[in-house]
Amino acid sequence: MIAETILQIVTLTLIICGAVLAVTLRDLLSSVIALAAASLLVSLEFYLLQAPDVAIAEAGIGAALTTAIYIIALRRTRRKEQQ
Amino acid sequence: MSSGMSVIVRTVTRFTYALIIVFGFYVIMHGHLTPGGGFQGGAVVASAFALALVAFGTAGLKGALNRHLLQSLEEVGALAFLGLAFAGVGTAFFYNILANSGSVFGGSDPAALASGGVLPLMNWAVGLKVMTGIASILIIMVIGARKEATE
Repeated sequence: MIAETILQIVTLTLIICGAVLAVTLRDLLSSVIALAAASLLVSLEFYLLQAPDVAIAEAGIGAALTTAIYIIALRRTRRKEQQ
Repeated sequence: MSSGMSVIVRTVTRFTYALIIVFGFYVIMHGHLTPGGGFQGGAVVASAFALALVAFGTAGLKGALNRHLLQSLEEVGALAFLGLAFAGVGTAFFYNILANSGSVFGGSDPAALASGGVLPLMNWAVGLKVMTGIASILIIMVIGARKEATE
């Protein structure tokens, strides 16, 4: 029980770190990767909260497909954010 | 977009592509027994398409994924789902006509793979619709980006 609580605290902290990085990074490709990492950690958190059904959907849609769509869009636009 | 990515990405894609597709079909097939189902399994299979599109570009996939074929298959999935829902309309919409009927999917063991009546068939219909729908969205996005670049 204690171990699960510690794991949840670590996961939630890393989700917030990934979200802050996704907003603040100037390199948009790094920003997309940070968003994918945060999404994967959200999926882990869903699994820890005993919703494996939602976790599979989050891992498939949030971590894989949106990242691919963002990368396809980034190839045709600028990689660096303008000041 | 036609060039694809580095040798490392392409080699890893060759190893993992088939594994992702097999896992997606496993999630669809066991949708009525384990977590997951048609939508989740279809999204997993479509993520394998996305991986191949990003790694190899459109040049490596020329002819392998036909957009019109994918859109036709998407409509087949939607029509199969609606047809299975209308099959039980004599009693009620979405009535499970195969459950407890003693036929292929109407067994009495609730944990068997061939159980659940029309639910496995509906999972396959939804899975087909989701995987082909998301794959055609990705292909249209890649084609649109390429057209804009050549203009």
